[in-house]
Amino acid sequence: MRYDQARWTHDADAESDDDRYEPLLAEKNTEEVAVDSPLPDDLTREDLELPALSEPQLARHYTRLSQMNYGVDSGPYPLGSCTMKYNPKFTEDVAALGDAAVHHDRSDESLQGTLGLMAGLQDYLARIGGMDAVSLQPPAGAAGEFTGILVAKAFHEQNGEGEQRDEIIVPDSAHGTNFASAALAGYDVVELPSGEDGRVDLEALEAAAGDRTALFMLTNPNTLGLFERDIEEIADIVHDAGGLLYYDGANLNALLGRARPGDMGFDIMHYNVHKTFATPHGGGGPGAGPVGVTDELAEFLPAPRVREREASGDDARYERFEPEHTIGKVHGFEGNWLVLVKTYAYIARLGDEGLDDASAKAVLNANYLASQIDYDVPFEPFHHEFVASAGDQDAADVAKRMLDYGVHPPTTKWPEIVSEALMTEPTEIESKETLDQLADAFDAVAGEDDETLEAAPERTTARRIDQTDAARNLRLSWQAIDEE
Amino acid sequence: MSFDVPDDRNYLESHEWVDHGDATATVGITDFAQDELGDVVFVELPDEGDDVTAGEEFGVVESIKAVSDLYSPVSGTVVGINDALHDQPELVNEDPFGEGWMLEVEVDEESDDLLSADEYRDQIE
Repeated sequence: MRYDQARWTHDADAESDDDRYEPLLAEKNTEEVAVDSPLPDDLTREDLELPALSEPQLARHYTRLSQMNYGVDSGPYPLGSCTMKYNPKFTEDVAALGDAAVHHDRSDESLQGTLGLMAGLQDYLARIGGMDAVSLQPPAGAAGEFTGILVAKAFHEQNGEGEQRDEIIVPDSAHGTNFASAALAGYDVVELPSGEDGRVDLEALEAAAGDRTALFMLTNPNTLGLFERDIEEIADIVHDAGGLLYYDGANLNALLGRARPGDMGFDIMHYNVHKTFATPHGGGGPGAGPVGVTDELAEFLPAPRVREREASGDDARYERFEPEHTIGKVHGFEGNWLVLVKTYAYIARLGDEGLDDASAKAVLNANYLASQIDYDVPFEPFHHEFVASAGDQDAADVAKRMLDYGVHPPTTKWPEIVSEALMTEPTEIESKETLDQLADAFDAVAGEDDETLEAAPERTTARRIDQTDAARNLRLSWQAIDEE
Repeated sequence: MSFDVPDDRNYLESHEWVDHGDATATVGITDFAQDELGDVVFVELPDEGDDVTAGEEFGVVESIKAVSDLYSPVSGTVVGINDALHDQPELVNEDPFGEGWMLEVEVDEESDDLLSADEYRDQIE
C-alpha cells in the first residue's frame, strides 16, 4: 500500500453565489436592524468581508483541511516526550454533558457535583503521585512548573531563605520548559551535565547543590527513557543542601501503578494530564497541569482548592477554601474545568488496573518497537520512550522521509546527548500491527540514500518547507496566499 | 572543517569577537558560532546609547536551530548597531567578521577573559 496525502487546492473562480445551497431554516430572520452606532463613520463599514457558505460547503471545507493534516486519529504519532496518545471519545461526551456546563461563579451549595468531582480528582492525583495535596488550577504543564516553583519560593521565603536560595538546578536532558519556568520565576538556572550512562551524575549534583539551591527539577524516567536509579541519593543530596526536589510529570505515564514520585522523595510535582491520562494536547488552547505537593507545602498552593467539609449536617459536603499562605491565583476559578472533567472520566473509567495496564503497554510498546528497528539505541534499558540515533543520516531528513510512509516521525535532534536523535514514544495505544508499520517505516528510511532523504517528503500535502525562508519572511494570512 | 579566526581580534569563549579600533571597538560572533547556529533568522540588538557590560548579555541571536544569548567582550556605550541585520540576518552567516558585525562600542573596559586568536583556535579545534 502506498501513502499519499490529500491535496486540495482552492479555486476562487469556481465560487458562485447563484448555485449556493441554502437550507430552509424556519423563521429565518432577515429583517434589517437599525443600529444607532456611537462609533465615528471612519471606524464603521457597510460590508462584512466574511465568506458566505452553506453548511455542506463548510463541512467539506473543514473535512478537506483535516485530510491535509495528520493527527493521532490518522495514524501512529510516536513523537517522543510529547506522548501523543489517542483520547477516547467518551471523555468528550462526558465533558459535553449539560451538567458539566456550569459556571463556577456560584455558591458552593449550588456546585456540589462540580466540587465533588474536583475533590475526587485531587484525591486520585494525590494517590497516583504519592503527594499529600493537589491544586487543579494551573492551565498547562509549564504553568504547573511555574506554579510549583512559586510554591518552593514561598516556602524558602517563609524560612527566611528566599533571597539566599536563588538557583534552580536542571539536568541538561530536561525539557526546555524547566529552564524557562525557572528563569521566568526569577531564578538563576544551573545546568547539570548528565553522566556517561545518561543519568544524573551524583558527584556533579553534589558539587552544584548548596546554600543557593532552591530546587532541583527532574523527570523520571528521564528524557532518554532511563529510570534514575539513584533517586533516593539524589533526594538526599538536594534535601541535605536545604533545597526541594521537583518532579516534572511529563513521563509519569511510565510509572502509573508501579512507583510514585512522592515515595521517591519528590516534594512538588506537576501532572501532564494530556500525557499521563488522556486529554487533548492544548496546542495553545485550554489544558491542565495540576500540581501536587507534600503536606509541608500545601499551605502555599494556589487558591481556591476544594475539600470535603467536616461533618456539618447539611447537604453541602464540599467547599472551596484558600490555603493559609497561598501564592494566589495562577488561573481563573478552578482551572480549565472541562479538561479536568475529561481527566476524571479517563481515570475513573480505567481504574487501578486500567492505569497499571496503560503504563505496562507504554513500556512494552517502546521496547518492542526499539527491538524491531535498524537504528542504534545507545541508552538502555529504557521505559516508555527510547532515543535512537540516525547515525550518518540527518535526523531531520529521516523525519521528513518517514512522512512519506504514512506515519508521523519521532522527535528529532533532542535530547542532544544522542547524536542525530530520534526520540520515539509509540504510547500504549498502538497494536502490534501498527508498531510493525512504524518499524517498517524506520527501516525503509534507514536503507535510503541522502539524495532521497533530502528530497522528502514527496507524498504529503506540504512538501519540504524552507525553514530559513519561513522564519525570515513571515507571511501570516487567513487567506490562501497566491504564489507570485 | 577549519574556521576563519582573524589574528587581529580578541575572542570570548562564548564565540563573540571584538575588533579594537582607535576610538571604538566592533563586536560580532565568530565563523564557528554562525556555523554551529545554522541559518540565522533574527538578531536582537540593544539601542544606540545603551550600556553594555563585559561578560553580560547584550542581545539574542536566533537561528532555525537555536536561540542564543550574545555576550559582550567589552564594557561601554553602544554608539552604533548594524541595522542591516534587521532585514538581512543572513549577513551573520555570510560574513561574520565583516558585514555581519553587530555593535560598535565606545569602550570603558575590556573583559578579563578575552582570548587571543590562537587561544580561541585551540578552543574550537
